[in-house]
Amino acid sequence: MSSPGIGRVPIVRASARATEAGAVPEAPPRIEVSHLNFYYGSKQALFDISLQLPTNRLTALIGPSGCGKSTFLRTLNRMYETQRHTRIEGEILLDGENILGMDVVALRRKVGMVFQKPNPFPKSIFENVAYGLRINGYEGKLSDAVERSLRRAALWDEVKDQLQKSAHALSGGQQQRVCIARALAVNPEVLLLDEPCSALDPVSTAKVEELLFELKESCTVVMVTHNMQQAARVSELTAFLLDGHLIEYNPTPQLFTTPSDPRTEAYITGRFG
Amino acid sequence: MERRHFERDLEELKQRLLWMAGLAEKSVHQAVQALFEKNEDLARKVLEEEAAINEMQIEIDDRVLRLLALQQPMAVDLRFILSVSRINNDLERIGDQAVNIAQSALRILRHPQVKPYVDLPRMSALAEGMVRDSLNALVQHDSELARSVLVRDDEVDRLRDQIFRELLTYMMENSAVIFPAFELILVAKNLERIGDHATNIAEDVIYMIAGRDVRHLAPDRR
Repeated sequence: MSSPGIGRVPIVRASARATEAGAVPEAPPRIEVSHLNFYYGSKQALFDISLQLPTNRLTALIGPSGCGKSTFLRTLNRMYETQRHTRIEGEILLDGENILGMDVVALRRKVGMVFQKPNPFPKSIFENVAYGLRINGYEGKLSDAVERSLRRAALWDEVKDQLQKSAHALSGGQQQRVCIARALAVNPEVLLLDEPCSALDPVSTAKVEELLFELKESCTVVMVTHNMQQAARVSELTAFLLDGHLIEYNPTPQLFTTPSDPRTEAYITGRFG
Repeated sequence: MERRHFERDLEELKQRLLWMAGLAEKSVHQAVQALFEKNEDLARKVLEEEAAINEMQIEIDDRVLRLLALQQPMAVDLRFILSVSRINNDLERIGDQAVNIAQSALRILRHPQVKPYVDLPRMSALAEGMVRDSLNALVQHDSELARSVLVRDDEVDRLRDQIFRELLTYMMENSAVIFPAFELILVAKNLERIGDHATNIAEDVIYMIAGRDVRHLAPDRR
């Protein structure tokens, strides 16, 4: 007689043993960066960076201040073009198409961005979220789209009765989620987050982190963070940059338990940086 | 960014673990010597000193918990602290095995010696050597030394089986020796368990150094 023995219980390993060093993430790439160099005037800020950002995964970028992680993030939607004397070399493919030759408005509709400090427009909550839809000539029902975005940003229940209130009247954490809702309204494929929680208290941080888990169901997320515990909590992959070089790019559990490069080890254990 | 306080706490944790290891090693050695030298006082000393090992276990657990909660260690530091936590439990269990041997010694010494001790001293030297080398591997960051401990465990198991078979024949021949012979089998069993704990420690040391989890792997894949 056969019985359902414990030998049949599937074993799920969270350890690094299951993932070999440098393993290619299992999801297909949404963004493929190859041989990326970036310059502010004559100063080179990024050196020959090549990596793939897998679809609907969260990739964290870590590294000491000035290592180029924000610069790298800003190349992904060409936000650097707002600064003068910048120059870029290499290739960044979004779904196979080089973004460097794309219409920038179309690009930024596909690749949304949320900044370190919440920066809602001096308008109502509703108008903040509807803004991107209006300028993109959205033809559906605006109120439905606004509600959908606020729900996705886990803010709807907190603001549904006060949509006409100024977004500036909200708490920092709520303002940041308004900004995320605003970015989500135009259904981006990729969401770039530049230290989205650094100005938030732990409760708001926890809400944004929970939100990130929801977002990556439908969106590829790239996040710069100084908070390594946060990177460890929310990301599938982590890239460590140092002086403009990509030092290590590995599955997050592996990078934080058994980093393959001694410089990563030194940084994440606080021995420099 | 230097983390001098954290470094100091890690070093202290290591020193406390090594102190505890010294106590556990001494207990094992004294327990088997009590048997071989027919020294009841030495066996009682082992029983008295168990409390010190237990106190160390709690102290080390407390240090581990504080470091995890307050320092959020990463990478090699995280692996070190996790390994210390596991080794701490193994050392406490080694202390328990030493107490078991000392208690068996006290009971065995009430009877005439069943036979000359040949394999048992060999087995205890092997098990004690495994404990010592697993901890030396920790101190010296030597994963090869740790691997050499894993290999020796089979020899300890072989000696246990041999001692068991031999004593069984003595018991079958002469029922008067059943009680002390059975106690000797328990001593062999306890030494075998000490070898297992040394193996656990060696596996933790390999994990700590190389980040490789070699538990339950075939010898050629360790």
